[in-house]
Amino acid sequence: MIRRHLPVLITLAVFIVGYMICLAQFPSFASTRVIGNLLTDNAFLGIVAVGMTFVILSGGIDLSVGSVIAFTGVFLAVTIEKYGLNPYLAFILVLGIAGLFGAGMGFLIHTFQIPAFIVTLAGMFLARGLCFVLTTDSIPINAPAYGQITDIAFRLPGGGRVTFIAMVMLLTFAVGIVLAHFTRFGANVYALGGNRTSAELMGVPVRKTTIRIYMLSSFLAALAGIVFSFYTSAGYSLAATGVELDTIAAVVIGGTLLTGGYGTIIGTLVGVLIQGLIQTYITFEGTLSSWWTKIAIGALLFAFIVLQRGLSAASLRTR
Amino acid sequence: MRRQASDRLLFCLKRDQRRVRKRMSASGSDASKASEDEMPVSTEQPQLLEIRGLTKGFPGVQALDHVDFTLHEGEIHGLLGENGAGKSTLIKVLTGVFKRDAGTIRLDGQDIEARDPADALSLGIGTVYQEVNLLPNLSVAENLFIGRQPHRFGLVRTGEMRRRSQELLAGYGLDIDVANPLSAYSVAVQQIVAIARAVDLSAKVLILDEPTASLDAQEVETLFRILRDLKSRGIGIVFVTHFLDQVYAVCDRITVLRNGRLVGSRPIAELPRIELVSMMLGRELAAEALHRNQRKAVTGEPLVAFKDYGKRRLLEPFDLAVRPGEVVGLAGLLGSGRTETAKLVFGIERADSGQAFVDGKPVRIATPRDAARLRFGFTPEDRKTEGIVAELSVRENIILALQAQRGWLRLIPRRRQEEIADRFIKLLDIRTPDAEKPIGLLSGGNQQKALLARWLATEPRFLILDEPTRGIDVGAHAEIIRLIERLCEDGLALLVISSELEEIASYSDRVVVLRDRRHVRELSGSDVSANTIMTTIAGH
Repeated sequence: MIRRHLPVLITLAVFIVGYMICLAQFPSFASTRVIGNLLTDNAFLGIVAVGMTFVILSGGIDLSVGSVIAFTGVFLAVTIEKYGLNPYLAFILVLGIAGLFGAGMGFLIHTFQIPAFIVTLAGMFLARGLCFVLTTDSIPINAPAYGQITDIAFRLPGGGRVTFIAMVMLLTFAVGIVLAHFTRFGANVYALGGNRTSAELMGVPVRKTTIRIYMLSSFLAALAGIVFSFYTSAGYSLAATGVELDTIAAVVIGGTLLTGGYGTIIGTLVGVLIQGLIQTYITFEGTLSSWWTKIAIGALLFAFIVLQRGLSAASLRTR
Repeated sequence: MRRQASDRLLFCLKRDQRRVRKRMSASGSDASKASEDEMPVSTEQPQLLEIRGLTKGFPGVQALDHVDFTLHEGEIHGLLGENGAGKSTLIKVLTGVFKRDAGTIRLDGQDIEARDPADALSLGIGTVYQEVNLLPNLSVAENLFIGRQPHRFGLVRTGEMRRRSQELLAGYGLDIDVANPLSAYSVAVQQIVAIARAVDLSAKVLILDEPTASLDAQEVETLFRILRDLKSRGIGIVFVTHFLDQVYAVCDRITVLRNGRLVGSRPIAELPRIELVSMMLGRELAAEALHRNQRKAVTGEPLVAFKDYGKRRLLEPFDLAVRPGEVVGLAGLLGSGRTETAKLVFGIERADSGQAFVDGKPVRIATPRDAARLRFGFTPEDRKTEGIVAELSVRENIILALQAQRGWLRLIPRRRQEEIADRFIKLLDIRTPDAEKPIGLLSGGNQQKALLARWLATEPRFLILDEPTRGIDVGAHAEIIRLIERLCEDGLALLVISSELEEIASYSDRVVVLRDRRHVRELSGSDVSANTIMTTIAGH
């Protein structure tokens, strides 16, 4: 029982230890304001990481999410600001487009047995290219709906705020947890990651599941894009470059095995928060360059991958 | 002499087939009479699975040639045969992996044709493979219920699923925590889970493909208890195995295939072991076809010796000694532990008991590198995948082991390479236009000779040959045998594995006979004959 949850427990321990270190150095880390900001600043990363967790659990990878986030921002900015489309209608439209985009990638991956890496790499270039077709400028979004939505917040004692976008992220994680651990779809995702051939022999609907996984990932990337546009109030073609890699890092630090089959959604949440924590620490510290975040993440990622290797080797030995 | 023996054999086969057919048609009419009288007087259980004239060919090989097979309700039916007999093709056609060319398959009197294994399962044919085809990362309960989990409002009722799994496995005498991932349990438990799943998915026919290959004796006993229980519930079980003891322990009836043809189908109670072995090997007890007159008794200190050498689940501990200038043969059925012995001796598998000696001094052989350093050589059974590197030239293949021994940094000069290659091409009479031809283009016999050359170039003291004559033509066959004898005269110690009993009897000074992963007897002197080998394989 303990062994099964060991990776998540280790991630959690790393987060708690990290938080303690921050707290010892900067007592204001205890304030609800810092905690609220931690959630808000990482909301888009958290949302897209939920989708990525499903993809990686099934033994795949989705490199297109960063581009889909950028495309979503640009699409919203152009349709709302240039064509005066109702923002809510634009949200629905972009979520639908992204869903179809993901379904298409899933279809290609399954039908032609092409590695997900290649298909989503093509998807990444495609979505990024489409941004530039729409516009090459950074377009600010000034629609009144944006102001209304960003004003929604749940006030915490001590001056902190859980913003609307933080709530969207927490809700996404809640739905993700239910989907992964309490539905047939979730079991099928784990089955695909465990052994694709066996899963097929046991009657798991491989095609349907694959398509749905990538559809979910792109859908959540678009949702993250919407959240990102609340956060920045703009759409820009070069936004969110490299986010796919941050996301993968968060998922792996969260205890999900990169080869698929093992991992949890809740672990991903902790993985995202660890990344946020490092970022916040560096902001507090003030003298360090923000690139130190990358170095810290790199070191953590390396440590976690080695740890997972060690754990799976140990579990093989004790059999 | 040999010719006569094979003619007689052919006659026997035909007679067997006729008998079987007659018996089957007889039992068929019995059954119909019984149903007319509405009195189930027939002692035989009703037919469950009926295969007639099943034929399946692949380019260049007829894998199944008009094979008949009948499985009754509540019967454990052993399916036996050596390599290439067609057992796995039969199973794959039955479970929809391959499409058949001709023939009928009937389940409960209905013609069936499975599209794929999942479809076969839904028709009522469940298969459990040696390598368990389940999902190690999912819980035991999920493995049992995936695709049909109990659910409410779209959510899986995990508690309910676990309770039902616990109950299901309790029926097999298994009390484990079903919430744990499958990978936490042994292969034996995983196999029981696979069986439970297949049976619970309304399997009427259960196919077990070498289920006992990686189990220990106690686990095998547990498995057999389960099989007998399933049998009493009317399920028909097809049991593929190489272990004769297990066949006699659990099977009611056996069917033997050889080279894609049906050899015969008999109730096990009426079948003496020696007859079963002769059905499998396609050889009758007969006067010796080939005699080797001067079988020398090699004396002196053994070059290599193994004491209590073995590995759990792979091979029982054995003693083995080979002297310089001696050929020791390893004989036994497929899966009896011949190749396993070679792999232990050469360090491909690491022994977990016993000690190896070279020149009387204890040595450690943990990897093939260790073995090569002790100047051992090994030509594997599967030439194509484990031996030759098809794209490389004959020269490159020949110098491979020598180069590896020197280390990759000290490249053998090109001129020296050519000298070595030319020398062995002449010495072993390897027929190739030149040393630079890719080895994949050579015939099997010449590839085998090049492989031998590869090890001879390292000047080995002890050479292990696994099936050196498989798949090569008659002429090359004789040459390889002559080569073996010549090597032995040069003072090399040889360990040779072969399924050809006459062949192994002809060149071996001693023969170790294996059965069910044990070295059961060592034959020497005048005992070394194909007949004694065969009776020893059969045992009792």
